[in-house]
Amino acid sequence: MTLSLKTESVRPALRVGPVSLVLRPIMVLVVAALAAAMLLLFCLDIATGESHIPLGRVIDVLTGGGTRAQRFIVLDSRLPRALTALVVGAALGLAGAITQSILHNPLAAPDMLGITAGASFGAVTVLVIGGGSGLAATLGGPLAALAGGLLTAAAIYLLAWGRSPTGDRGVTGMRLVLIGVGMNALLLSGISWLLTRASLQDAQRAQLWLNGSLNNADRSGLLPAAFALAVVVVVALGSARTLAALRLGADTTRSLGVRIQTQQAILIGAAVVGSSVATAVVGPVSFVALAAPQIARRVLRTPGEPLIGSALIGAILVVGADVASRSVFPADLPVGIVTAAFGGPFLLYLLVRMNRKATLS
Amino acid sequence: MTTLGTVRRRRLSGLVVLTALLLLTVLASIAIGTRSLSPGTVYDAVHNAVTCPGGPFSCPAGSTAEEIVRGLRLPRTALALVTGLALGIAGALIQGYTRNPLADAGLLGLNAGAAFLAALSIYLFGFTSPEQYIWFAFAGALIAGLVVFGASAVGGGKASPLSLVLAGAAVTAFLQAMTNAVVLLDPTALDTYRFWVVGSVAGRDAAVLWQVLPFLAFGVLLALVASPGLNLLSLGDEVARGLGVNIGRSRALGLAAIVLLSGAATAAVGPIAFLGLVVPHLARVITGPDYRWLIPYSGVIGGLLLLVADIIGRVVARPGELQVGVMLAAVGAPFFIAFVRRRKLVSL
Repeated sequence: MTLSLKTESVRPALRVGPVSLVLRPIMVLVVAALAAAMLLLFCLDIATGESHIPLGRVIDVLTGGGTRAQRFIVLDSRLPRALTALVVGAALGLAGAITQSILHNPLAAPDMLGITAGASFGAVTVLVIGGGSGLAATLGGPLAALAGGLLTAAAIYLLAWGRSPTGDRGVTGMRLVLIGVGMNALLLSGISWLLTRASLQDAQRAQLWLNGSLNNADRSGLLPAAFALAVVVVVALGSARTLAALRLGADTTRSLGVRIQTQQAILIGAAVVGSSVATAVVGPVSFVALAAPQIARRVLRTPGEPLIGSALIGAILVVGADVASRSVFPADLPVGIVTAAFGGPFLLYLLVRMNRKATLS
Repeated sequence: MTTLGTVRRRRLSGLVVLTALLLLTVLASIAIGTRSLSPGTVYDAVHNAVTCPGGPFSCPAGSTAEEIVRGLRLPRTALALVTGLALGIAGALIQGYTRNPLADAGLLGLNAGAAFLAALSIYLFGFTSPEQYIWFAFAGALIAGLVVFGASAVGGGKASPLSLVLAGAAVTAFLQAMTNAVVLLDPTALDTYRFWVVGSVAGRDAAVLWQVLPFLAFGVLLALVASPGLNLLSLGDEVARGLGVNIGRSRALGLAAIVLLSGAATAAVGPIAFLGLVVPHLARVITGPDYRWLIPYSGVIGGLLLLVADIIGRVVARPGELQVGVMLAAVGAPFFIAFVRRRKLVSL
């Protein structure tokens, strides 16, 4: 009797350098469908505005055709906004997926950990002190936001460093989340206080920014956002295996030969850069980092928060919200209000459905 | 050797010490301010006010000091005391029912619900003072609480801690966005709202206190009734059911108490972060996990903390003052972080 290996039951794998992914046909199909939906929304985003451009014409211009006037409207005035929405959404989705995976907590998104609040605090400080106009507002705001996000994250990480219950030194997830929640409350209260100190006009301007507005999105913000997204993507995909291992718990991960603290620090760093830059560019777009990984997990039916799926869903949420804010609502609402208005009830619906299923089985 | 008797005696004496401390803080809160008053003046003014036939807040005019005490400091101190007490107890209840050490009224959407309906009523009806929008804020907290607990309990009434907090986050994000949309549409609403949302006991009329007091009193009563059941629930749903606890009824009781306490407190002074989160952890250090002790302790510590924060807020930023919500965050956050770092957290 010959020994036969059942090779057909082994799933095909994709290997690129250190990255290897197990391919499941259904998952590939779903991801492709998500990407297609994202691209469609992206074109729709460019099509909507004061003058509506037919979808076919948009695709025509994007692939190199169209008249000069059309090329101007599409490429110079609308494309940066749509691209910013896409990049910001993807960055937030990825950042959320990374933090939620590492900390084993679906609530551990950058908005809950105070990183977004830190970025907002920085920007609002400049707005209130600098009077919201001139160089301080155009350049200082985003820089202060970036600095605020990074400083907050560094503070949380350093404060969470210490001896874990098992005795080794490092950062434990639960402590990090708790300290993050503490920082978040502190910073949010600080923002509220700053708003009481500002003139009503500045408070209004700050309030608009605090809701994540794409109205001022242009090329100047797009480049840093795209760069940040690239960093997050590279780090995240390079560490996909670590993330999967971390899901099994600290001891198992260590026995698999992963240097937990270093890997955690790198991954969290990438998530912080991603969400801080996204906040610096358009303001805090609430709920995307929190909801996208959870939605992606359920759509793709994966045990943990999928990276690519979360990025796609994040982009879909923000781009879709931008389309909705300009076509459905009477007033030009900030995109962050729309993401929360749709994301909140959707997560609630998912929860209810999940509970129903759990009791049926 | 620690027997059950010594543990009980220690808990009781701890409560007595804390209550004495609370009374001292009340006196300090009446004495300290933009114009500081001597203990003797405070005593006279309080004594005159309390023995006044028309009640402490509607006495005929006396000296300037008496005016300050009666018109400003007394209502403010009373408001801080009762809302701190309510928020502390609400925090203990929420953490108990969700079995989540991170849960508080803010996380479960109650604050956001109160803020949304308050802002909406300011926008729709042009309200400017708390007495006008207080009822809307209260209703908002109630509705948000019902939605959060309802959504997480759909299907068999088994609300898992995780789904409860997730539902809270979803509802909070939604309501905050709606609130922001309202205040963006209307600058006047923003102007009123931004002073309410920091959380302050200053400049609130004594009428506000009387309006929320019945709700708070009823809430405290429900909390005390709920505490033995909460002890059994903390053993896990299965064990509790086995011991004859009607879990659905117990949860409904808890929800009613939580909504009453945090809804009324939020309506009166604005959303106050941190108190409900920190206080039960502090109380648990002394009492351990027994809710029959934890709830009174949380109430006393909550009142104490809110008063102290309010007093410090009056002193540090003279001649102006820092709102108590800001103070609590500024004092509470470093304290909370130090606490998280030092102790191995009591798991629920």
